[in-house]
Amino acid sequence: MATQHSRSAARLMMAPAVVLLLGWMLIPLSMTLFFSFKKYLPLRGDSMANGLEWVGFANYARFVGSSAFWPSVQATLVIVGGVLVITVVLGVLLALLLNQPMWGQGVVRILVIAPFFVMPTVSALVWKNMFMDPTNGLLAYLWKFFGAEPIAWLSQASLPSLIMIVSWQWLPFATLILLTAIQSLDGEQLEAAEMDGAPSIKRFWFIVLPHLSRAITIVILIQTIFLLAIFAEIFVTTGGAFGTKTLSYLIFQRVLESQNVGLGSAGGVYAIILANIVAIFLMRIVGKNLDA
Amino acid sequence: MGQIQLNQVTKSFGDVQVIPPLDLTIEDGEFTVFVGPSGCGKSTLLRLIAGLEDITSGHIAIDGTDATDVPPAKRGLAMVFQSYALYPHMSVRKNIAFPMRMAGIDQAEQDRRIEAAAKALNLTDYLDRRPGQLSGGQRQRVAIGRAIVREPAAFLFDEPLSNLDAALRVGMRLEISEMHERLKTTMIYVTHDQVEAMTMADKIVVLRAGIVEQVGSPLELYQRPGNTFVAGFIGSPKMNLINGPEAAKYNAATIGIRPEHIDISETEGMWQGTVGVSEHLGSDTFFHIQSGLSPEPLTVRASGERKLKYGTEVYLTPQADHLHRFDQNGLRIE
Repeated sequence: MATQHSRSAARLMMAPAVVLLLGWMLIPLSMTLFFSFKKYLPLRGDSMANGLEWVGFANYARFVGSSAFWPSVQATLVIVGGVLVITVVLGVLLALLLNQPMWGQGVVRILVIAPFFVMPTVSALVWKNMFMDPTNGLLAYLWKFFGAEPIAWLSQASLPSLIMIVSWQWLPFATLILLTAIQSLDGEQLEAAEMDGAPSIKRFWFIVLPHLSRAITIVILIQTIFLLAIFAEIFVTTGGAFGTKTLSYLIFQRVLESQNVGLGSAGGVYAIILANIVAIFLMRIVGKNLDA
Repeated sequence: MGQIQLNQVTKSFGDVQVIPPLDLTIEDGEFTVFVGPSGCGKSTLLRLIAGLEDITSGHIAIDGTDATDVPPAKRGLAMVFQSYALYPHMSVRKNIAFPMRMAGIDQAEQDRRIEAAAKALNLTDYLDRRPGQLSGGQRQRVAIGRAIVREPAAFLFDEPLSNLDAALRVGMRLEISEMHERLKTTMIYVTHDQVEAMTMADKIVVLRAGIVEQVGSPLELYQRPGNTFVAGFIGSPKMNLINGPEAAKYNAATIGIRPEHIDISETEGMWQGTVGVSEHLGSDTFFHIQSGLSPEPLTVRASGERKLKYGTEVYLTPQADHLHRFDQNGLRIE
């Protein structure tokens, strides 16, 4: 495998894939960067053919200067953080539960995983209309049954509602990964801990949880990547109202609702920066679990 | 103190009874080895004593008090597992400290016991390493260290040496025997290797299909095996077992003779045979001799200098006073 010949052959064969991936990444990235320095308002007659006016960092300044910017960053981080906490905590508990031998285990596992196969748009609409609707929703019935005033979920508690919807979608993913991790735990370790006098809570804390740390890291990293970009759930529920405007939703509004491509592109660059800050932060905290 | 008494203990998994009613007493300070072929229930028996499996019926008493329903942690027993079961995310020090930490022993005492155990087991230089950075033998010692610091009433070993290579196994065998001499604590040791059983035990319990075939000291079992199973299982190479007319001459259904109790000659003797493969160990030579007496070749031990070519005609003579006789049920006839 390591001869000179086989190495150059390997490089040659990998080249098409590498070039394709690079192009896939670099072309949109450089176009975003290019547009972010231009005034580009298609409805006012700007177009690539007429040449775009260079505006320097004006788009960047305007994007940050908008009153919607900081709230959108905050909303993004609250949603990502909230969903991560809920999915990891409930995911660990569900995985522990599903790992117990029980009747109908296979069916239960499929049921638990099912929400992950529902498209985000569909699941958000189901939640919005079937559960959270203040007059016809199931939750409204439940509240009325106990004599309480139904909550208009998506307007009165918009962020928690969104976090709930997105958590419901991502919980199966977390559970699945954590369940496979729990299954790989050596049973003799637990028995040894039991002989060593650790009751079940301590066995969980000292043996199971450290064993899961790597899987939890993976869950957090993968989910963060996807959660920073959630869009459909917001689009079909609140449409960005009631403080649920995330950064990606703000960019969508700038480009498609205000038809300002330059401003939206500047926002896109900010989103890249935010994603990288979050990524570095996460790598620092949890990345060390991936070594060794 | 660590006397363990099993009284009519049984274990069933569903409809399958793996341990039929079993009585056994392990005296304080004794090194007891459970030995038997794979699947004979020896590990299950150990796990019943440890409390990792619930017994189906019967009683277990430790030091005279009933421990049948006592959870494993409260039985005062320490176990060394086949896979060592070290905690991979903890350093050696923390691994050894874990049982003491769970018992709430104060830090100074913990440190004292860790230092003592590490010194006894040659682990002092490795205390800050993770189990993943240790060799098999070192991991084994950490597992033993973790058991020692609890100062248990008895140690339970579940095939602790089966993951080590041959040379290390011999070394660890000596270390464990040495440890037993020093601590004088009851030890129960499970193995399928009769050499380990013979070399380490004060008392061997031979098990087959959950039934105790014979209990006794290594030499008792070797010199006076109670039945054909024990006769064939204890001793390496195996005892030669001969059925049929040749056995009938001795008024037995089966006779057994150990390889070292057969004299071999090229000129005269009782049984005729042809030399097959010879194994030269240096000190001894084992000849496998084809004869009409039994389907398998007979094994004969001779001195290391003895040489016989493949295919040579030889004569064998068993030493009459070392002949074992067994009846139709395989039981020993005195």
